[in-house]
Amino acid sequence: MTEQLASAALVAIYSAMAVYAIAFVFFAVDLAKRSSAREPVAAAATGQLGAFEGSVAVAERVGTATEARTSKVSRLERVGFALTVLAWLLHLAGAVLRGLANGHVPWSNMFEFSLVMSLALTTVFLVVQFWQKLSYLGTYATGASLIVLGVGTVNFYVEVTPLHDSLQSVWIIIHVGVAILATSFFALGAGLSLLQLLQARREANPEGSRLGFLRTIPDSVALESLAYRTIVVGFVLWTFTLIAGAIWAERAWGRFWGWDTKEVWTFIIWVIYAGYIHARATRGWRGAPSAWLSIIGIAAVIFNYTIVNLFFKGLHAYSGL
Amino acid sequence: MSRPSDHIDSAPPAPINQPELGLVGYARFFWRQLTSMRTALFLLLLLALAAIPGSLVPQRSSDPNGVVQYFESNPGLAPVLDAVQLFDVYGSVWFSAIYLLLFVSLIGCVIPRTAHHLKALRSRPPRTPARLERLEAFTVREIPTTSGLSTTDAPSPAEAIESARELLASRRYRVEEYEVRGAPSVSAERGYLRETGNLVFHTALLGVLVSVGLGGSFAYNGQKVIIEGAPFVHVLGSYDSFNPGRFFDETDLEPFVLTLDRFDVDYEEFNLNAYGRPGNFRASVTARYPSGEESSGVVQVNHPFEVGGTKVYLLGNGYAPTITVRDGEGNIAFNRAVPFLPQDAELTSLGVIKAPDAVPEQLGMIGFFYPTAGLLSTGAYASAHADLLDPLLTLRVYTGDLGLDDGIPISVFTLDTDDLTEIVGGDSGVESIELRPGETAELPDGLGSVTFESMTADPGPGNWAGSVKRFASFDVHYNPAEWGALTFAILALLGLLCSLFVPRRRVWVKAAELAGGGIRLEYAGLARGEDPGLADAVAELADTHRDMVKR
Repeated sequence: MTEQLASAALVAIYSAMAVYAIAFVFFAVDLAKRSSAREPVAAAATGQLGAFEGSVAVAERVGTATEARTSKVSRLERVGFALTVLAWLLHLAGAVLRGLANGHVPWSNMFEFSLVMSLALTTVFLVVQFWQKLSYLGTYATGASLIVLGVGTVNFYVEVTPLHDSLQSVWIIIHVGVAILATSFFALGAGLSLLQLLQARREANPEGSRLGFLRTIPDSVALESLAYRTIVVGFVLWTFTLIAGAIWAERAWGRFWGWDTKEVWTFIIWVIYAGYIHARATRGWRGAPSAWLSIIGIAAVIFNYTIVNLFFKGLHAYSGL
Repeated sequence: MSRPSDHIDSAPPAPINQPELGLVGYARFFWRQLTSMRTALFLLLLLALAAIPGSLVPQRSSDPNGVVQYFESNPGLAPVLDAVQLFDVYGSVWFSAIYLLLFVSLIGCVIPRTAHHLKALRSRPPRTPARLERLEAFTVREIPTTSGLSTTDAPSPAEAIESARELLASRRYRVEEYEVRGAPSVSAERGYLRETGNLVFHTALLGVLVSVGLGGSFAYNGQKVIIEGAPFVHVLGSYDSFNPGRFFDETDLEPFVLTLDRFDVDYEEFNLNAYGRPGNFRASVTARYPSGEESSGVVQVNHPFEVGGTKVYLLGNGYAPTITVRDGEGNIAFNRAVPFLPQDAELTSLGVIKAPDAVPEQLGMIGFFYPTAGLLSTGAYASAHADLLDPLLTLRVYTGDLGLDDGIPISVFTLDTDDLTEIVGGDSGVESIELRPGETAELPDGLGSVTFESMTADPGPGNWAGSVKRFASFDVHYNPAEWGALTFAILALLGLLCSLFVPRRRVWVKAAELAGGGIRLEYAGLARGEDPGLADAVAELADTHRDMVKR
């Protein structure tokens, strides 16, 4: 029974990866189409000094052309979203099946971390759409999910084994679950910060930019504000993760803080994001410096989940490898 | 505003006119630099950076064995790292300097802001600005008389402001009416909880630091190996290893006796990927107090046992074969259970027996115990399963001076064989002794015999269970800082939630008469801190109020 459930989970996961890949392609083509759409303003400017009728005619043609392109662009995007939802359903099925095969929550080793982390990233990306339309992040979200899921499944896959004594506690749901959710918000914020940096560079030099799709997304100040609001949610969740981890550490190891390598890196990530929030309240540190801090933060998160789990000694050695 | 001058919401600095600074002037300058936002930011990032080396190099606090191994494998580099306290990063001078400076900066910032906030909590909302259109979230709603209202029903500016005041008050704003250039207006402010939360958060962090510092000085933790059936008397000398806080005193140890009644393990038998993996460790213990009271419990992973103000945690476990050594004259020279230290996951265990009272020669033995003995192709033994399925004890015996009379403390788990004569096993020419529970072997040259005692009456193939005692190692912790740290941490989290998500706003509504009849309502808002929803909030307020007035 366990074997069948685990195999079924793998089938669902590989299917999800395939659908993510297709969704990624659709989102990427959507961005490319946005880039290639000619600016109506530029077209009209060329006709300014010329014959009046000519410029009007040009404007009309461009107007209809952009309209046609707009509807085609949003169709690509809509297909991308539909595929992302489908991938999410398959992904969710994979995680649930793995959990049923295990008999416990599916996040007890590196493979399962990757499985659930990528699922959380997609979930947060989809749910956030109800709050703000972040369709331009589709490429980033599906690509990141695909990479995390793919690397985890191909490199870290392990057979189902019973849960270690030390993980048999309600805190595995609270502490690890909230940590995974927090990292999804950090990842989304980092994506927005990345776009913010690209957008800021384009704003400084509009002609020199080859990333035309940036025209169609909010300006860098708006992007920074969105990134801030996302990261702040992640920061609160991460603070809770830290506290919950300390409470569990006291139950399991006798002390609520012992500077174990994973505890150290959780602390480092917390301090970096605290620095991010401080930076946005400091004159001279809004804009690009804050964006860089956000990206450094997500780099630290990735380091925590890979290098620290795999190569560093410590009490948190549950990679299963 | 009592915020640092480089806070994003402070007024930009005036052009610099540098006066001559005296000593006090310089002191103030350094203080202002220390409490500025930029310094706090640098210190925070520096703290993150400084914490990294502690994860790259083993630390004495979390991995003392790793530190020893590091010294052995890097004899040249290790002392250099030790000199800059890289094996004690989190207690080091440089790390402490960073977080202490950060906390000084924090205190220096929080105190004036608290004073200012207390004043703000008691004060009324400020006067309405003369020109509301200069504010970011500004919007206008006009209600001309031609929109279906007769002149007698048209609201006056004063009435409109009255309804605005009621609306804002119902939304938990603090309101105050002012007249601005003849036009009535209302000034409102809400969201003081944001700043309160901010101050609570930062103060709570300080609380965590103080709790950990104070409580940690009175804390202690110690480790002890207890064999099944044996008692552990809670005095300093009983511990195998002990780490006290700075202000710890021996008499702080609560008196009790802890006995390990039995130790149970389950072995995985269904999942072939983890066959034989031990789990569900249960150490049944009983604690006895001087008053005669007893309390029993089970120590498990994630479930410590509380006794005498301390908490007892389960660390490791293994086997403790009971050995009896009779010397050349037939007297018992040694008779007790010896903890054998596990060397691998299947509990291949190594133990040392020292019988200094043996006559004519002191006897020392190095033994390997295999709970489920399996013969390797090399001819050596190894354990195949951690459960007691086929127990075997092998011994090498030495005679000579064990060195115990020199007055130098020696570990009970090591035997220095340099000055000893090997008489059984190894190169001695005699085969190593191999014993099953209940068996006895004679030593050569009439030096005596050694018996591997069985704890059960009738040991034999298929019936070994319980024939060898087990031991469990325990970790005893006492830390009075725990509750303080937790309370302050939760306060910090609540303060953080308020300071990030409660919007602090000022809203103004001004009403003026329109030239052609009717009224013109101006709305403006100002946010203190991040408030991305300000414009929407003001627009929504304007629409609601306009509908209220029209009715």
